[in-house]
Amino acid sequence: MKTMDKKRSPREIIWTTPTEPGSLKTEQLEVRAGPDVDAARRSVQVLAAAIGMDDSNQDMIGTATSELARNMLDHGGGGHVLVEVLQGERGQGVRVTFEDHGPGIADIAQAMEDGYSTGMGMGLGLPGAKRLVHDFEIASRQRHGTRVIITRWVGP
Amino acid sequence: MERIPIFTMGDILLVTIQTDVHDRLLESLQGDVGAKIRDTGAHGVLIDISALEVIDHFMARLLERIAALTRLLGAESILIGMRPAVALTLMELGMTLEDVSTAVNVENGMDRLRARLASSVSGDEENNEDDG
Repeated sequence: MKTMDKKRSPREIIWTTPTEPGSLKTEQLEVRAGPDVDAARRSVQVLAAAIGMDDSNQDMIGTATSELARNMLDHGGGGHVLVEVLQGERGQGVRVTFEDHGPGIADIAQAMEDGYSTGMGMGLGLPGAKRLVHDFEIASRQRHGTRVIITRWVGP
Repeated sequence: MERIPIFTMGDILLVTIQTDVHDRLLESLQGDVGAKIRDTGAHGVLIDISALEVIDHFMARLLERIAALTRLLGAESILIGMRPAVALTLMELGMTLEDVSTAVNVENGMDRLRARLASSVSGDEENNEDDG
């Protein structure tokens, strides 16, 4: 089985071919309205459970997904969610990629601060989600959009 | 329009939030609970969240708001049946819901609500101590 994870950078993700080495199973969803947030959360948790993630781990990646999908809906005008089961050096895990074509985030460092808010009391969204996962990557370009990639492994 | 149902049991309201709840439903619940307290004169609200698979901080904020609203309207609210995994995640998020009362199940929440209502209503006299 190939491991590839280390040197991937966010912009290498190709949406048209979601299946790539190291990615065992993928699911792609659109987030355009409130119920889509919960649908994304649920599909993440179903895949997490399928690879043997325990309750609290499932809950953490599910909650992070809920936060980020909602952020995307509220600030990025909605977008895409890609859910993948990975086989990496740390065993299996779930990686979720969020991509929107909204206004982007002007100051990522500031957006990652606890208590920073872009309105609607969303201040805990990004830093909160980061605390709930093992890997967190964010890239954003103003007027182009934002991409966030989170991973949580089955093991510690 | 779809709504989260609110049941009346004497002077207590019971709200059961189902798994597939979404933002708009939760948002409308705030107003619905407020209206129901006014209409029924309820003194307590039990909110059963045991079916909720996750509570992100947006939902946690709404639950806090419902608790605050209930208090402002002269009633008490208790969140029932938070799953341990959900509690852990909320702590990780930094949402400890300090101002929200909780109980493990409906029975427990009901007892606590009744005890609290009795002590706040009785004031000067000690009434019914039925178990030793």
